[in-house]
Amino acid sequence: MIELEDVRFARGSQVIFDGVDMRFPRGQVTAVLGPSGTGKTTLLRLIGGQVRPASGRVLVDDTEVSRARRKALYALRRRMGVLFQNGALFTDLTVGENVAFPLRAHSRLDEALIRRIVLFKLEAVGLRAARDKYPAELSGGMARRAALARAMALDPEIMLYDEPFAGQDPVSMGVLLRLIRRINDALGLTSIVVTHDVSEALSIADQVIVIAGGRVIGRGSPDEVLAQRHDEPALAQFLDGAAEGPLNASDAETPLAADLGLGMAR
Amino acid sequence: MNRFIDPVARLGRLVIGGVRHAGAMALFAIELAWVLIPSWARPRDIAQQVYAAGVLSLVIILVAGGFVGLVLGLQGYNILSNFNASESLGVMVALSLVRELGPVVAALLFAGRAGSAITAEIALMKTTEQLAALEMMAVDPLRRVIGPRFWGAMISVPLLAALFSLVGIIGGYLIGVVVLGVDQASYWGQIAEQMEAWDDVGGGAIKSVAFGAVIALIAVYEGYTAEPTASGMARATTQTVVLSSLAVLGLDFVMTAFMFGA
Repeated sequence: MIELEDVRFARGSQVIFDGVDMRFPRGQVTAVLGPSGTGKTTLLRLIGGQVRPASGRVLVDDTEVSRARRKALYALRRRMGVLFQNGALFTDLTVGENVAFPLRAHSRLDEALIRRIVLFKLEAVGLRAARDKYPAELSGGMARRAALARAMALDPEIMLYDEPFAGQDPVSMGVLLRLIRRINDALGLTSIVVTHDVSEALSIADQVIVIAGGRVIGRGSPDEVLAQRHDEPALAQFLDGAAEGPLNASDAETPLAADLGLGMAR
Repeated sequence: MNRFIDPVARLGRLVIGGVRHAGAMALFAIELAWVLIPSWARPRDIAQQVYAAGVLSLVIILVAGGFVGLVLGLQGYNILSNFNASESLGVMVALSLVRELGPVVAALLFAGRAGSAITAEIALMKTTEQLAALEMMAVDPLRRVIGPRFWGAMISVPLLAALFSLVGIIGGYLIGVVVLGVDQASYWGQIAEQMEAWDDVGGGAIKSVAFGAVIALIAVYEGYTAEPTASGMARATTQTVVLSSLAVLGLDFVMTAFMFGA
């Protein structure tokens, strides 16, 4: 179980989260939706302890990530798998070595066993044949799946996915969707999928949280969230992908004419 | 009014920026110091970095050392023969190389060839989230990535400087003895007689160890703190070459003053 309690986070003068509460139950896939730049990646970084909130608490099981010391944090991270937005594979290592990396770093397994585990993990994402390739030789979809295999290498209890569907063709998207769901159900994980792809997220999530403007504007099962659109114009705009609405109100504080040096004649 | 104050303000900003940079680097150095010994837990990583930074710099170092030796032989012969002292050519070439040119020129070449590469590699790993991925895998990037690269550079520089001097002395020999006809026995004999193991060779060695540490620190720091953008990476690699070159030359003066001054 992962919990955020009244979390505030700001970058400079820009408030990213303004007193946000979230709960991510074990065994479920939770999709966190929101327009670009609403702090979805920041949410994952808060859970992973890479950034700390200005106030509020981030709890993973009973560990308070927002206060944890380095050792406790590293112990916690060993139980987490993170799929980064661009895969973040180590470019100097082959796919197989990438998957073996966390195993070699955190276990004393012998090489023969590591090889077997790597093959199993790669088989699970359909990349066994690509084990000797370098990341540069992979397509975007393959790289994402290789990174997924690496994230799963240590059999984590928590999986964090950062925009897993961005830039994927329909087939790799389908493969990824099925993998995320299957891995979660097979291993009883807590999965958090951060994305702005509404239909994909709604199709696999048990729970959906929609954030915009530093607060939660919708939460519940996919059906519940769809039903909440009537009460929240921003939610309706985001789910419908409407061009006009509260979400794209101009961020500029001064009128355009002032920036152009026009008008303001007194 | 602004015409007078602006340049002062700009100078002030520059100084404050410089001090802040130096302070940040010092804090980074302290953090790095903690992982330098633990980095040896994976000696293979360090060996790989010695290969990448040192062995791959061999060609440029050996060729440059050879040319510097040839030039020293020529110039030295011209000057010394005016005083009928051309038999001292060997010791002149050897001392110039071992005390000064070896450590300094090798360090400058190393900063350009390998220091910039270390910075670029770390900065790219940061830009592509590889360092963040390490952190999220509970692997300390400082210990795993930065430490071995620091050691790789630190170990390589003194060895390269020694080779630079050696090749330079052979270059001086080729020009002086083989081409210009200086007596072979006095070329080597004077070197053996007049060079002090501790003062000259030791002094040069201490210098190149210090240069190695400074270049290694600047290279890894600039890479680690690079802005994760294309222009940020470009700036970081340039900074590494500029800062290390200036640091090496400045430090060389200070160390020379302490070792050989008065």
